Amino acid sequence: MLASGLLIQVSRQVRRIALTVLLGGLLGATLVRLGPGFGVDERELDSRLSAESQQAIRSQRARDNNIASFYFRYLAGLVHGDFGFSQSLNRPVSELLKERLPLTVVSLGYGVLGGISIGLALALLTVWWHAPGADIVPAVLSGLCLASPAAVIALVFLWLGPWIGEASRWAITLVVFPHVYRYAKNQLVATSQSPHVVAAQARGLSSWRVLWAHVFTPAAPQLAALAGISVSLAFGASIPIEVICDTPGIGQLAWRAALDRDLPLLVTITVLVALMTLVVNSLADIALALCAPSEGAAWNPRAAE
Amino acid sequence: MKLKQPIALVVLAVAVAASLGAGWLAHHSYADQSREFISAPPSAEFWLGTDELGRDRFARLLYGTRVSLLLAPAAALLSTLIAALIGGAAGFLGGRWERIVTAGVDLFLSLPWLFLLLAVRALLPLNTPPVTSVTITFLLLGCLGWAAPARIIRAGTRTLVNSDYLVQASASGISRWRLFWRHLLPNLRPILLAQFWISVPVFILSEANLGLLGLGVSEPLPSWGAMLRELENYSTVLRNPWMLAPAVLLVVVVSCLQLLLRTEESAPC
Repeated sequence: MLASGLLIQVSRQVRRIALTVLLGGLLGATLVRLGPGFGVDERELDSRLSAESQQAIRSQRARDNNIASFYFRYLAGLVHGDFGFSQSLNRPVSELLKERLPLTVVSLGYGVLGGISIGLALALLTVWWHAPGADIVPAVLSGLCLASPAAVIALVFLWLGPWIGEASRWAITLVVFPHVYRYAKNQLVATSQSPHVVAAQARGLSSWRVLWAHVFTPAAPQLAALAGISVSLAFGASIPIEVICDTPGIGQLAWRAALDRDLPLLVTITVLVALMTLVVNSLADIALALCAPSEGAAWNPRAAE
Repeated sequence: MKLKQPIALVVLAVAVAASLGAGWLAHHSYADQSREFISAPPSAEFWLGTDELGRDRFARLLYGTRVSLLLAPAAALLSTLIAALIGGAAGFLGGRWERIVTAGVDLFLSLPWLFLLLAVRALLPLNTPPVTSVTITFLLLGCLGWAAPARIIRAGTRTLVNSDYLVQASASGISRWRLFWRHLLPNLRPILLAQFWISVPVFILSEANLGLLGLGVSEPLPSWGAMLRELENYSTVLRNPWMLAPAVLLVVVVSCLQLLLRTEESAPC
């Protein structure tokens, strides 16, 4: 029963990802077509080219005028790892991605892990130490981080750069942490007020044991969903943070592409980032279904029916 | 705890009033360049000094506040309206429509917001006149920020559709159109208002990020994001700490908005 539910869940996630790639690819191709400069080739202005050469260039480009074939070739290219050609950097997009993606992934990995760890630790501490005003410091800190643009957080870490090392990782950590802290705190507080926790406390269990075994563990599946949200947040924040910290990653590449209006590059990055976010979200959903099948059923409409 | 809300309200009211009264409060226009006072420190004439072009920072801060505080709510209104239309219709019609909209919203939410914003912004000319750039920036924010509110509005509509009074109204033969406008929409107002207020700080922060990246409001029109670009030079900021005024004001205003939101959320119904 659980295996079939899980299979349905996995197939739903795979369908969702495939649909995103398809629609994202179509949307991207449309944006590229609508973008300024589409259908214009600066080689036509090269006076050294003969009339025959210019005609050859025009006929080579003419196949892009057919919308259906353009979309088809664009999607086929995506499937085969051909992400197009960056006009501004004069290099294949796949090459640029290969260079810059690892840096962003590492930076995001540290940032997300740091943000989740700090957020969860502070939430646990707040719930455990339930004295009046115990949450003032984390609440103020999270409020400040939530009220600051990611770019300003990056600036602060850039100024502190010599003392703290990789500024972009710290900045992403501080972008992710307040969201994790607030959600986790609410979840843990709600769980800590449930009857089984009161019963555990009444039986004289130590506060740490109650917190770990009876508050944190039951709330863990819901907290797993934070991984997906955190990755999405971190990707969004990576643009201003990488630009400010001068980190040569995907975010900085997207910003350059936007300034140079290099739509093939920008659209490919957007679709790729959406895909990565979806994969992480899907993994979190599947993990949730594995850890708590009842939770999985709650958000799986078929199972709920 | 009870003091927080009035303090936040007063701070917001002062910020809005100061931005609306910028013409009276500031001695100069935001675009006036005093060539003899380039990068001047604060004085009676220039309360926050001048920038590298000799423009009054205080005037630019007030006009920038006006841009952010008036246009972010406008963008929030637009996104809430779009979300109400899409989410409300999906929840009301149900069935296939609801599934399509839910899938669309999920898809839209998986696209990273700032990347999408950059992609659409890149489609438009970068050398647009300042007023057009302001309009484009906030229109884009409004048009692209509908997905998250739409999901919540759809869920709220679904709950209302299944409520006793709507079932009774439907059974009494009221047309679906009237049911939607007269009975459903007025009861969705609290959700719509909450979504509107949640969107305002999000859009203020998004504009600040875009402005700092040079993709927001174009010069010489000031905005908080554009003014934050000055902060990139650490040594200059260290020598002229008053340059931090836009960042401080931004954080204070967004904190006040979030404080009001949290108070609203925790208020007993």
